[in-house]
Amino acid sequence: MESAIGLNHFLAVGLILFCLGLFCVLTRRNAIGVLMGVELILNGANVNYVAFSKYSAAAVDGQVFSVFVIMLAAAEAAIGLALVLAIYRSFRAIDVSVMRTLRG
Amino acid sequence: MENVLSYMTFVPLAGMLAVMVMPRDKHEVIRWTALAFTLVPLLLGIWLYGDFDGSITGMQYVERHTWIETYNIQYIMGIDGLSVTMVLLTALLCPICILASWNIEKGVKGYFMLFLLLETGMMGVFCALDFFLFYIFWEVMLLPMYFLIGIWGGPRREYAAIKFFLYTLVGSVLMLIAMLALYFHGEPRTFDMLVLMERAPTYARSFQAWAWLALFVGFAIKIPAFPFHTWLPDAHVEAPTAISVILAGVLLKMGTYGILRICYPIFPVATQQFAFWCLAVLGTWNIVYGALCAMAQQDMKKLVAYSSISHMGYVMLGMATLTSQGINGAVLQMFNHGTVTAMLFLIVGVVYDRAHHRDINGFGGLASVMPVYTGLMTVAFFAALGLPGLSAFISEVLVLLGAWQYNQALTIVAASAVVLTAGYMLWMLQRVWLGPVNEKYANMPDLSARELVTLLPLAVIVLVLGIHPHAVLDLIDPTLLALNRTVADAVVVSAQLLH
Amino acid sequence: MLETAATHEAAAGVSYALRWIVALPLAGAAINLIAGKRLQDAAGRTAVAVLGSAMSIASFVCVVAAFLRLRSLPVDERLLLDTVSSWIHIGDLDVSIALAFDPLSAVMCLIITGIGSLIHIYSYGYMDEDPANWRFFGMLNLFLFCMLTLILGDNMLVMFVGWEGVGLCSWGLIGFWHSDHTNTAAANKAFLVNRIGDFAFLCGMFLLFWSLADSGKATLVFRELAHAVPALEGMTLWGMGVATLVTLLLFVGATGKSAQIPLYVWLPDAMAGPTPVSALIHAATMVTAGVYMIVRLNFLFSMAPFTMQVITAVGAATAFFAATIGLSQHDIKKVLAYSTVSQLGYMFMAVGVGAYAAGIFHLLTHAFFKACLFLGAGSVIHALHHEQDMRRMGGLRSYMPVTFGTFLISALAIAGVPGFAGFFSKDEILWRAFLANPVIWAVGLAAAGMTAFYMFRAVFLTFAGECRVEGHAREHLHESSWTMTLPLVVLAAGAAGAGYLGVPAALGGANHFEQWLAPVVELEHAALSHAAGGHDTTLEYVLMALSVATAGLGILLAYLIYIRKSLSAATFAAIGGGVPYRLSFNKYFVDEFYYGFFLNGVLSLSRALAWIDLHVVDGIVNGAARVVRISSDFGGAIDHYVVDGLVNGTATVVDRCGAAARKLQTGGINAYLYVLVLAVILVLFSRAW
Repeated sequence: MESAIGLNHFLAVGLILFCLGLFCVLTRRNAIGVLMGVELILNGANVNYVAFSKYSAAAVDGQVFSVFVIMLAAAEAAIGLALVLAIYRSFRAIDVSVMRTLRG
Repeated sequence: MENVLSYMTFVPLAGMLAVMVMPRDKHEVIRWTALAFTLVPLLLGIWLYGDFDGSITGMQYVERHTWIETYNIQYIMGIDGLSVTMVLLTALLCPICILASWNIEKGVKGYFMLFLLLETGMMGVFCALDFFLFYIFWEVMLLPMYFLIGIWGGPRREYAAIKFFLYTLVGSVLMLIAMLALYFHGEPRTFDMLVLMERAPTYARSFQAWAWLALFVGFAIKIPAFPFHTWLPDAHVEAPTAISVILAGVLLKMGTYGILRICYPIFPVATQQFAFWCLAVLGTWNIVYGALCAMAQQDMKKLVAYSSISHMGYVMLGMATLTSQGINGAVLQMFNHGTVTAMLFLIVGVVYDRAHHRDINGFGGLASVMPVYTGLMTVAFFAALGLPGLSAFISEVLVLLGAWQYNQALTIVAASAVVLTAGYMLWMLQRVWLGPVNEKYANMPDLSARELVTLLPLAVIVLVLGIHPHAVLDLIDPTLLALNRTVADAVVVSAQLLH
Repeated sequence: MLETAATHEAAAGVSYALRWIVALPLAGAAINLIAGKRLQDAAGRTAVAVLGSAMSIASFVCVVAAFLRLRSLPVDERLLLDTVSSWIHIGDLDVSIALAFDPLSAVMCLIITGIGSLIHIYSYGYMDEDPANWRFFGMLNLFLFCMLTLILGDNMLVMFVGWEGVGLCSWGLIGFWHSDHTNTAAANKAFLVNRIGDFAFLCGMFLLFWSLADSGKATLVFRELAHAVPALEGMTLWGMGVATLVTLLLFVGATGKSAQIPLYVWLPDAMAGPTPVSALIHAATMVTAGVYMIVRLNFLFSMAPFTMQVITAVGAATAFFAATIGLSQHDIKKVLAYSTVSQLGYMFMAVGVGAYAAGIFHLLTHAFFKACLFLGAGSVIHALHHEQDMRRMGGLRSYMPVTFGTFLISALAIAGVPGFAGFFSKDEILWRAFLANPVIWAVGLAAAGMTAFYMFRAVFLTFAGECRVEGHAREHLHESSWTMTLPLVVLAAGAAGAGYLGVPAALGGANHFEQWLAPVVELEHAALSHAAGGHDTTLEYVLMALSVATAGLGILLAYLIYIRKSLSAATFAAIGGGVPYRLSFNKYFVDEFYYGFFLNGVLSLSRALAWIDLHVVDGIVNGAARVVRISSDFGGAIDHYVVDGLVNGTATVVDRCGAAARKLQTGGINAYLYVLVLAVILVLFSRAW
């Protein structure tokens, strides 16, 4: 028992976050909910990055990546919300199950 | 002003670009812009008329730039006594045609853009001294013409436009072959017409013969000489008035211009060889055949179209004679036919605009209804039938006088057309303008100011050139004499001798 | 002697402003034709008429001044010159716009402007009901300009301008009332028939020019031609002497303009024009242009005896045949028209036998009496509201005494009654014809008899007997206004007195007229003075007596038939089963022949050629297009079904697969995500294995 909290704990948190996010993305019919799910998935990944960075010899690479991901998430949120607004304008709804115009 | 020819050629192109950026529904603005951009070459032309030195036989206002160096293709512009008349004619007719197109309502922007492009093409053909450049302008002119007939024409416009296009294309292809043959025929390879002219004595007799014939067919289609003429009546009948004016006034001249500019100096021996059958006999046949066909027509435009075929025959006959009277008469006839036939088409256009048909038997008594119109019509008709004192008489009499020395029998046949021409012109005049007034058209308005402006300058030129033909003859005489001498004195120097 | 005289004459030309003679009528024409309608609307028709007449009279004054100047010169220096500008100078051809005034032009110009002015004045009265006076006076002025150009032209090309110009004016004035188809048809006929002559004239001019050019003397100037033409001697073309060929071609031109066989047919139809036009253009001036041209070129024609014989024969034949047609016409203007053709025949007869001065003399006297006759007829026609049929006239003597008097004087003159103008000129011609060939003389004499008959037939039918005018017109019968009678009186005076200008030596005169023309017709003059010593005055008296007797016979016959009615016209009409009468009345069916043969021939040919053009020449073009289209259709079919078939087959397969696969696309984002996650899981598991 060297340390109470090790890498596996962090990975478990990351996995939980990822699974919650995935669940949210798959089950939510509200587009904003879906976006929130995406955020959770990304954050799950971030936790992993930071953890790996801490417990490996690879210096700060993981942290740098996570900063990139955060920026990307911000951009994605902005574009995603804008898209949702645009979708709302044309469909009068943000329910993703309504949006089936791409059906073959 | 040493770049005057380039200005005259490319100002209309600039006009086309200017029209291109305008909103399509601003019709008035587009029309006035087009007019302004065609008036520039006219003003330059007037200046050119004063500045041009008719006593020089060589090229004037020459511009020479390297263009595509790899193939020794150059941008050479220049005019001599032969081309200056055609440049002036083009510059004169284009603004008149813009005015005559004023009531075009369909696709105004496209129409004027194409028209301005057409003017660039026409000017370029008359100014270019590099064969390649000449060919480019020749084709540039073809394209807008196709659309102008095919879109803005009458009911059978597509048939006429395609016929015109294909026919001219056949000619272009033959011309292209001859051009390439010339290009590859001497060292260093060049398209420079002036250089090609200097090399004329080195061309073997057989080479001259087939190249001459290829070029001749290409140009004969444009004149149009029998039997390549049938596109003309169709194109004229379908084309809008202004396009008919350009077609008969300028485009037909390119055929005879091409022969004089290219066939004569570059292939003088072949010219001597073929002048009798291909130019004199065919020209005479054109005169009589065109006149007789004209007599049987019921459509005013078709009649005028056949009269063009007849009158262009004089040009062919005149240039074939290689006498100073004949060849001067031929070039003067090119100019005079340009003005007279333009008047005739404008005159037909006036009634067509009002009555929407051109059936000769469907009118009657217009003289009582439209006196001003009738007065100008009389000038044009009598000029067309060669009344002394009006311009066409001088050129016809010079052609026939020259032809008499060349071949009396042909001259007698050709001269008999003075009776036929008077016949069909007066017969049409009688049926349309004289006789009892057709009640349907009893209230037709007389010429509008715009129509008067299109006809009056031409009428004045027709009158003035009848009394003072040297206004044009002084420009062309020395050049044509030199050309005559070139052809008359030409012999083939054996090619081996030079190598 | 000729050579020196000619050079002398050429050198002596005096510069004189002749241009005003032609410029004034031209200005009048320009103003009236361009602005005349407005002028007439604003200031009334008097304004345009006065303008036109003033220009004509002013031109006459200029001519008189030039004439006086000319007369003041010594006989062999009588030539005025005016070079306006150069015109065409190409190679050997050097032609100026130049005018020349010599004794011959002087006579012609005096006739043209003098009679022209009178007719302008007359027209003011005659055209009082016409709305287009401006056009009428404009055209009349233009005619004067063209005619004077024809006469004054110093070279053949300037003459040709006038030559065709008068044709234009004639066309415009014959068809003046252009809403009537008959008038415009007559106008076109006149122009076209004239054009046939002009075509020959042009060819003659070319031949002359080049033949002279071959001898190094290329010129078209009359004065220079005079001493250049001897070079033509011995030249031949197509087996004929060049001089003969040139003169024959020029003569064909003259037959067109001067209405001789075979091109006379237009003149009777030309009577469709207003009567003053008939008087001025189709009697006094334009139609005499052919005679003038031959006299102008007399040195050339004298070189071609064969041509001269042709001219004489054609002239005599025309004089005779036209007279026989004149015998039976009912339309008073038609009678006068055929009479004009006949009298022109006399003039050609005269120049044909080399009696140039006599021809011009007859031209002069004829201008007076024929213009007077036409104007008299016009006066009658005007009074009868455009009735021209003599069967509906009669007895007008008491209503229109001035018209009657002048008409009678002129009829006496044309009939050749001694003392009147026609007598002197006609006898001169007949005498000269007899010297050349008695057969020609006999034909001429017969024509003279017929002339006397038909003229007095016209006089009696129109003015004598009972009045056959009907209805409304009869109540308004009256003498014409002074503007119409004044010219009649002046012309009648001329018809009576003009003959005294040329009283022949046999009647004790000095023949001033011939003396005056002597410098122009030197050859004839020389020949005559050579023969003068031995000529037989007795013969001349006998011939004179015979012609007077013949004229008297004609008049007597007319009197017996139409006044005394002791002879019936029907008796004469029935001679020979009525065939001669019908031939005469129907003008020998020449018009029908021309229409059927030439006009229909040309029209059929033109229709046939147009058909060929449309169906054969263009047919080949369209046929070629069709062949190309059919072969391209065939190629297109192969391309479509075989080559493209493969391509399309591939596409079809892909298309079917796609149709099946598209079902997978639900469009719902959740479904895609489920698939995505499942796929990832699958991949991960497969890696794990």
